[in-house]
Amino acid sequence: MTVLVIAEHNNQALNPATLHAVSAAAKLGDVHVLVAGENAQSVAEQAAKVVGVGKVLLAEAPHYAEGLAEELAPLVVSLASDYRHIGATATAFGKNLMPRVAALLDCSQISDLTEIIDDKTFVRPIYAGNAFVTVSSDEPKLALTFRAAAFEAASAEDNHAVIENVSTMPAQNLSRFVSRELTQSDRPELTQARVIVSGGRALGSAEQFNALLTPLADALGAAIGASRAAVDAEYAPNDYQVGQTGKVVAPELYIAVGLSGAIQHIAGMQDSKVVVAINKDPDAPIFNVADFALVGDLFSIVPELTAALKN
Amino acid sequence: MKALVAVKRVVDYNVKVRVKTDGSDVNIGNVKMSMNPFDEIAVEEAVRLKEAGKVTEIVAVSLGEKKCEDTLRTALAMGADRAVHVETDAVLEPLAVAKLLKAVAKKEQPQLLLLGKQAIDDDANQTAQMLAALLNTPQGTFASKVELEGGEVLVTREIDGGLETVALKLPAVISADLRLNEPRFVKLPNLMQAKKKPLEKLSPEGLGVNIEARLNAQRYAEPKQRQAGEKVANVAELVEKLRAVKAI
Repeated sequence: MTVLVIAEHNNQALNPATLHAVSAAAKLGDVHVLVAGENAQSVAEQAAKVVGVGKVLLAEAPHYAEGLAEELAPLVVSLASDYRHIGATATAFGKNLMPRVAALLDCSQISDLTEIIDDKTFVRPIYAGNAFVTVSSDEPKLALTFRAAAFEAASAEDNHAVIENVSTMPAQNLSRFVSRELTQSDRPELTQARVIVSGGRALGSAEQFNALLTPLADALGAAIGASRAAVDAEYAPNDYQVGQTGKVVAPELYIAVGLSGAIQHIAGMQDSKVVVAINKDPDAPIFNVADFALVGDLFSIVPELTAALKN
Repeated sequence: MKALVAVKRVVDYNVKVRVKTDGSDVNIGNVKMSMNPFDEIAVEEAVRLKEAGKVTEIVAVSLGEKKCEDTLRTALAMGADRAVHVETDAVLEPLAVAKLLKAVAKKEQPQLLLLGKQAIDDDANQTAQMLAALLNTPQGTFASKVELEGGEVLVTREIDGGLETVALKLPAVISADLRLNEPRFVKLPNLMQAKKKPLEKLSPEGLGVNIEARLNAQRYAEPKQRQAGEKVANVAELVEKLRAVKAI
């Protein structure tokens, strides 16, 4: 059985998030990757190198340049007859696009799935990760979004899949791209980072958030995350948020600084390998999931930790 | 213009849900139920658009058991003008919900359809996108800003790397993210007034929508429990332990 994976990219580079969907989809069968964009030949070439990819479908048109769901969904539907499963990584891109595809195909979607039992049975989290449900479907087609943190990234370096140009669909012109404001950062991308330093409300201000966490993250080569409270208080931009409604991460090391550990936050980081919590409140729920707990004042502990790591 | 807002009754966000010991379901008997937090934000946005003179009428819709009436009354108390309840005891999957909302939208002909980006019980994040697909309208998902301007709606969306803005032709479907607004508290007099506002009852059969379940939930399981680890006395000990487990 062949699976169609929709590639996420910016017309120049394949987003590493897609590598997780490829490795997940490879458990279901041969993987074809759709690259829809404008002047996206180089993305198709990158996709062709990903292990597990049997074929790359390249669709190029100006109206595919910005990844608008209104434009991409009819294209995916036009290719759907060859596939039983169509999927993408459960990023903002995948979450936006796949349900539109599913509805046009009149099929169900299994969102944010964490485990593939067989070609019709999947496990996914519900209630902010407080329960996992095993769902099956006998429908002839299924839309899937894969949780990146639950599947290894496929190797991007060791394959030579064929690239085939496919027909495009006429522009729908229901929506128009206006602008994009990306957070500038030299740090590793949050969902791909090996180490994450995450801050909460106790940091007190945006200045202190940056002054304390940036050097620590630099010392560790880490990405910076935040709790919802920290984001709402504007200590950090929205796209730093880890949790049920932000990003779900599973790094090797997660250092939670001055965040209490609400259900909704734990939902986004509980699969991290090693969790360190630094908090002055010994009863903070974050300590229930931390491997190493340090109770004390973060304003003295964090600089001390940064200094110790530099040595 | 008319706005339609879809609201869902869910287990309150503060409740920690447990799986039944036999794995047949989650245990939500006798727990506090509330309006899905993302839907509250959608209602608030509709009310603000009405207060700004952009929207003339707000219709709140909820689908499900009888008690969804409570959720609709909350929406009415927040400022919705009238409510539509599609009553059914069946389990509704997002595709079925989208089809029911489409049927209601065909009757009501709203220009703006506002939903939450996801329900905090099933965490599906599908309904708004499916509804937009079925209506063949544009979608502005994960919205943190909504502006009606010259026959279009400008939606600023929360994406992984930051924000993006799209312009959508009307009618359009918008799904609210947490940052869109801060929902108002419902005051008692408003709750009393809400009891007098019209609440129409419809049924899936009456709307001619097939809501038969397609997915089979085979079993439910608790997540792997992380154990609380050990307390360390100071930074030096922490660094030593992290080196020992090769985390740094």
